[in-house]
Amino acid sequence: MLGLFAAEDGEYKPPTIYEFYPPAFLFEGTPFELNRIMMIRLIVMVAIIVLFWVWTSKFNKAVKTGNVVPGRFQLLGEMALNFIRKGIAHDQLGEKDGERFLPLLTTIFFMVFGMNITGVIPFANIAGTSVIGVPLVLAAVAYVTFIYAGVRKHGVRFFTNALFPAGVPKPFYVLVTPIELLSTFILRPVTLALRLLMNMIAGHLLLVLCFSATHFFFFQTDGLFPLFGAGTLVAGFLVTLFEILVSTLQAYVFTLLTTVYIQLALADEH
Amino acid sequence: MMITRIFAATAPEGGELPNPLLPADYDIIWSSVIFVILLTFFWIRVLPSFKKMLDERAQAIEGRLAEAEAAQKAAEERTALVEAEQAQLRAESSSIREEARSEGAAILAELKQQAAQDAERMVEVTKASLSAERDAASNALRAEVGALAIELASRIVGEKLKDDAVANRVVDEFISELEGKKV
Repeated sequence: MLGLFAAEDGEYKPPTIYEFYPPAFLFEGTPFELNRIMMIRLIVMVAIIVLFWVWTSKFNKAVKTGNVVPGRFQLLGEMALNFIRKGIAHDQLGEKDGERFLPLLTTIFFMVFGMNITGVIPFANIAGTSVIGVPLVLAAVAYVTFIYAGVRKHGVRFFTNALFPAGVPKPFYVLVTPIELLSTFILRPVTLALRLLMNMIAGHLLLVLCFSATHFFFFQTDGLFPLFGAGTLVAGFLVTLFEILVSTLQAYVFTLLTTVYIQLALADEH
Repeated sequence: MMITRIFAATAPEGGELPNPLLPADYDIIWSSVIFVILLTFFWIRVLPSFKKMLDERAQAIEGRLAEAEAAQKAAEERTALVEAEQAQLRAESSSIREEARSEGAAILAELKQQAAQDAERMVEVTKASLSAERDAASNALRAEVGALAIELASRIVGEKLKDDAVANRVVDEFISELEGKKV
């Protein structure tokens, strides 16, 4: 895959935006067009379902046999689910509201993480979140959810509370209200989507840059130039490690921010 | 936008530039489909099982704690019961001992008394039989002694006391003397 990006005629070509628009191989031209990235997303989905299916059957078995001591594998699943349940949902929303929004938050986290991590998985090598569809859909879901949470709890007062914060002198609303409108109802979903998308795009470009440069130096240059290749290879390795961190972090941040937005919408005072 | 410009710089010349911020319809559709499937999966299958498992575990652990507590309580009760029983037994045994002692004393006293009575009775019987023997002996003696004395006396004085009148008088006097002594 990476070999594609080093030129065949001995001239180095940097990665381009077309990285993220691989050719379609199925249903071309229809709304169900499948290209490599869509395929990776579907594979990630299947992988998540299989993994959690196995964990779920472990849980069910534990319930059936009355076994209260989980095995290592089951414990791993419990840790993963509790990371969202306790570490994010209960922490931010409390137990009652945390449980209400838990399915959404769990889905967001594992979907984002699963699709981020493909950026460093060999043979996939591109994040499912590096095309705007997933970040956009998830940001829209987060947006709808926090507005739903607010309206469900406070009715129309949710909007007035958000736009006209209490404790501000009336004349200042001229200034404050547009800012609040912009930050709460426009910037929140936009930043949510773009933060994730740009992190993944940048990460992928960095990796391609490093590895295609390595390939170029090793196989297309003579003399001492291949030594540079060693440098870019190490850089590529470090970027890979960094991308693993970013994958986790972005998934966490996306989930946490969604939770915080819901929490702010549920809060009595804005 | 800056991002678009950056991509424009990296794009090959002449190509029509796709904008990474504008989603293609298939992109949105696949993302939504995957999201909905995963959400349904987590909502319906994973999280309920997970929650149930956690609840069952909490319950099981609580149940076991309660069980242990109950067992300890039962053991304590049993110990108290055994102790009470022991105390009761101890009290009973001491009272039995006391009773036995007093009963023994009573039996001893009774036996002593009976022995004393027996002894007294025996003494009396002995006394009675002795006096009866003595009477019989004295009666026998009285009968024999008279004859013997007469025979002896007649042998001693034989010749001199041929006269019956004198002899009878002497004997009568002797006997009355004896009787006087006896009475």
